[in-house]
Amino acid sequence: MNTILITVAIIAGIGLFFAIVLTIASKLMAVPTDPNVEKVRELLPGANCGACGFAGCDDYAKAVCAGKAQANACVPGGGDVAAGIAGILGVEAGEVTPQAAFLACQGTPAVTGKKYDYQGMTTCAACNQLFYGQKECAYACIGLGDCVKACPYGALSLVGGIAHVDEALCTGCGACTKACPKGLLSVQPKGTPHQVCCSNRDKGAFTRKVCRVGCLGCMKCVKTCPAGAIAVKDNLAHIDPEKCTGCGECVAACPVHAIV
Amino acid sequence: MKLMSILFSAILVNNFVLSKFMGICPFLGVSKNVKSAAGMSVAVTFVMVMASAVTWPVYTFLLEPNGLNYLSTIAFILVIASLVQLVETALKKYIPSLYEALGIYLPLITTNCAVLGVTLLNIESSYTFLETLVNALGAGLGFLLAMVLFAGVRSRVERCNTPACFKGLPITLIAASIVSLSFFGFSGVVEGLFH
Repeated sequence: MNTILITVAIIAGIGLFFAIVLTIASKLMAVPTDPNVEKVRELLPGANCGACGFAGCDDYAKAVCAGKAQANACVPGGGDVAAGIAGILGVEAGEVTPQAAFLACQGTPAVTGKKYDYQGMTTCAACNQLFYGQKECAYACIGLGDCVKACPYGALSLVGGIAHVDEALCTGCGACTKACPKGLLSVQPKGTPHQVCCSNRDKGAFTRKVCRVGCLGCMKCVKTCPAGAIAVKDNLAHIDPEKCTGCGECVAACPVHAIV
Repeated sequence: MKLMSILFSAILVNNFVLSKFMGICPFLGVSKNVKSAAGMSVAVTFVMVMASAVTWPVYTFLLEPNGLNYLSTIAFILVIASLVQLVETALKKYIPSLYEALGIYLPLITTNCAVLGVTLLNIESSYTFLETLVNALGAGLGFLLAMVLFAGVRSRVERCNTPACFKGLPITLIAASIVSLSFFGFSGVVEGLFH
């Protein structure tokens, strides 16, 4: 009987001792937390994509509650989340332009050939180390899906050997833009009328050899554009979205159909 | 000399993960990249040393004199769980940077069998207090070594074209077994070094 009592007493004693210590510790060492942080965190999408410029949703929630960030910095969350955060904190929401990633390349295997047959690690980053990728065009989408793996929303897929952005799913967080070793992906406002779908900065004659739909820098679009929104820099056309009226003249004028 | 022998045999020969097969859960779960593997291992090392420092007196001064050796497992679980909770509260208040760095790993290892294992093995080997601490440190460093090595192996394995039936966990387990096999090469090395 005594043995049982001692056993129970010792275990209960250890338990009680730590219970008291923990209770005292939690009272003594309590860290005050802002209740708003929890509320804001629940509103956020929770993908930790980093589009806001902070390390994750937790970080952004803390920053926005501390007044260090704008309520509309969460691009994936869009207007609803911005309005919600503004409601909790009692500040102006501001507008959130919905954005989506855009791949500036149409270099499917059908239009640009292969320099060699790649059989290494299935990442674009590794393939890019080897003579700038397996495609003949040194600027072309490698098509091994680093961006697909990086996308937290499943908006990217490989279609016809190159990346494809599903605009309905894309939130414009920009995780893919960091993953692409060629820097082919960029985040653009949704509904941008026309874009140059090529990143090749080689001279026109060489571009024509390696890709059928590569921008030659021929200046036809520049001359055609009534709004003067297009400029050619480094043998590659750029459309200024501020000036573009969406008339579509350049799309018709481009001899290689590089503008979409 | 005995301390050195204990330290290195805990790291290499009696590696907790690769030779004793304890703490396999975090070994497979948190070894996806080197950074989180290292974070987890540092937290484990920290808790192992703390837990050993507390459980040794509990056993020597409380359980053994009363003939309650058989209670060590349950008493140690109680002590370790409370200790981790206490350490977490203290870190949050006084060293927030370390708390952020250890993050989720600290509460995760409350019930890690490697931590419980090292405290029980200390008692079983009838180490002195100092030897207990050294053994715990060695076990932690061994865990770190195993985790970081395996995280490196794993990040390479995941980028290779494995046959579909081996994708994911199967190839990870095979890789783990090969890494474990390589550690058996250390048996006998430490005894030779320090005698």
